[in-house]
Amino acid sequence: MAKVLVVTSGKGGVGKTTTTAALGAALAQSGQNVVVVDFDVGLRNLDLVMGAERRVVFDLINVVQGVAKLPQALIRDKRLENLWLLPASQTRDKDALTDEGVGRVIAELRSRFDWILCDSPAGIERGATLAMRYADEAVIVTNPEVSSVRDSDRIIGMLDSKTVRAERGERVEKHILITRYDPARAARGEMLNIDDILEILATPLLGIIPESQDVLKASNVGTPVTLNNAESAPARAYVDASRRLMGEEVAMVVPLERKGFMNRLLGRRAA
Amino acid sequence: MDVRADPTRQLVRLRGRSYVAFVFSPVVPIVEWLAEIDATLARSPGYFVGKPIVLDLAAVDLSSSAIAHLVGSLNERSIRVLGIEGVEEERLGANMPPLLTGGRACVITRSEPVQKAEPEAKPKPTSLLLDSPVRSGQSIVFMEGDVTVLGSVGSGAEIVAGGSIHIYGTLRGRAMAGVNGNSNARIYCQKIEAELLAIDGYYQTAEEIDETLRNRPAQAWLQGDTMKITPLN
Repeated sequence: MAKVLVVTSGKGGVGKTTTTAALGAALAQSGQNVVVVDFDVGLRNLDLVMGAERRVVFDLINVVQGVAKLPQALIRDKRLENLWLLPASQTRDKDALTDEGVGRVIAELRSRFDWILCDSPAGIERGATLAMRYADEAVIVTNPEVSSVRDSDRIIGMLDSKTVRAERGERVEKHILITRYDPARAARGEMLNIDDILEILATPLLGIIPESQDVLKASNVGTPVTLNNAESAPARAYVDASRRLMGEEVAMVVPLERKGFMNRLLGRRAA
Repeated sequence: MDVRADPTRQLVRLRGRSYVAFVFSPVVPIVEWLAEIDATLARSPGYFVGKPIVLDLAAVDLSSSAIAHLVGSLNERSIRVLGIEGVEEERLGANMPPLLTGGRACVITRSEPVQKAEPEAKPKPTSLLLDSPVRSGQSIVFMEGDVTVLGSVGSGAEIVAGGSIHIYGTLRGRAMAGVNGNSNARIYCQKIEAELLAIDGYYQTAEEIDETLRNRPAQAWLQGDTMKITPLN
């Protein structure tokens, strides 16, 4: 039974694209058939993070408008053969997306994949609403700061009212994923703590991804962080989150950087 | 075991009750009197249909067969005779309506055809219950009465109520109670972190709310034209 999962947040820059790529790769590594779909028409990034930017021929808009067939637009990952990308168009804008067109593409993807991960654009406009429109589940990416939390709250309200499932009286299963979490700063009270975030959002936690240089490093080489350095703290946190998505019980811990001796001796570099 | 229920005897209870009926008092000649009835029927056909009619034969002296003929003629005009009075019982055959006695005159109030009671429109609900959190950006407007929220009201969400507002969670957004001019409306919440509270147009913003109340159960109410915010319990 295929699952459509939207990765969304409302706010920009919190790590939706990183999360889509990392969760997609982690699910694929555990044997699932996965496609990641970029809904950020006009500002596409997922192709870069997946390292597929030089192989894009057709895109989501072409398929929505019937110019290309779905298999022509799907790009297979070079590292994992059961991981696919459906890129967005960079030259068009979100108005090129239509509700029934997106519905048709999602329905076709459902017949081919176990997981359809939709990378939502920031905001609450057409692109974001269409990315969540056909979702069965949602991962709401939240940074531990007030503006991100409030935007997430807004998005949860939309997931509960604007999706096909909500209109049928069903529920979209929602998960909070806290990213860019810095335990040291949280301990000093410079960040919202996890309990406060969950209390405000009243939604179950999927995982906590620590702030890490590894995320940026992985993006720069066009590899999902879970594939680039599987031992890194964010990679382990994303793998745990993907296992929870598949229904496994995994204890909630914040994976920490494994500091070298010199690092421990010198303390953390100032951010 | 063979259980047999004793047939319980139904007692036939007899009660007296009086009703209002139209009384026809035929006069001789009967033919002309019937013509008069016909004229009435021509003006309003069906006037007597379904109405209880009693024949008062005191003013005329009719034989058994004449009475039977009269009742038959009325039947032809769709007038059903309920009973007959002012005549000896033996003149009425077995197939005739029964003899009535003890009738009293009364004023006939022209009963309008009884209006079928309209199925009463359900009284509109005067309260609204929300059993999920109110999220940022949502606006709940309920002018008819109270709003109860079994969850939190997020920052950037708002509740507008004609009556009071009850929040069994944290109020982080705006709450506006008594917006129809109801100065008795109040706002209650389990934890107050509100952006704005208003009752009947009087409001306070987060800046003005006493810091010591923050994060505690509180209620807001109007005393004259000042808003009071006091801790609950």
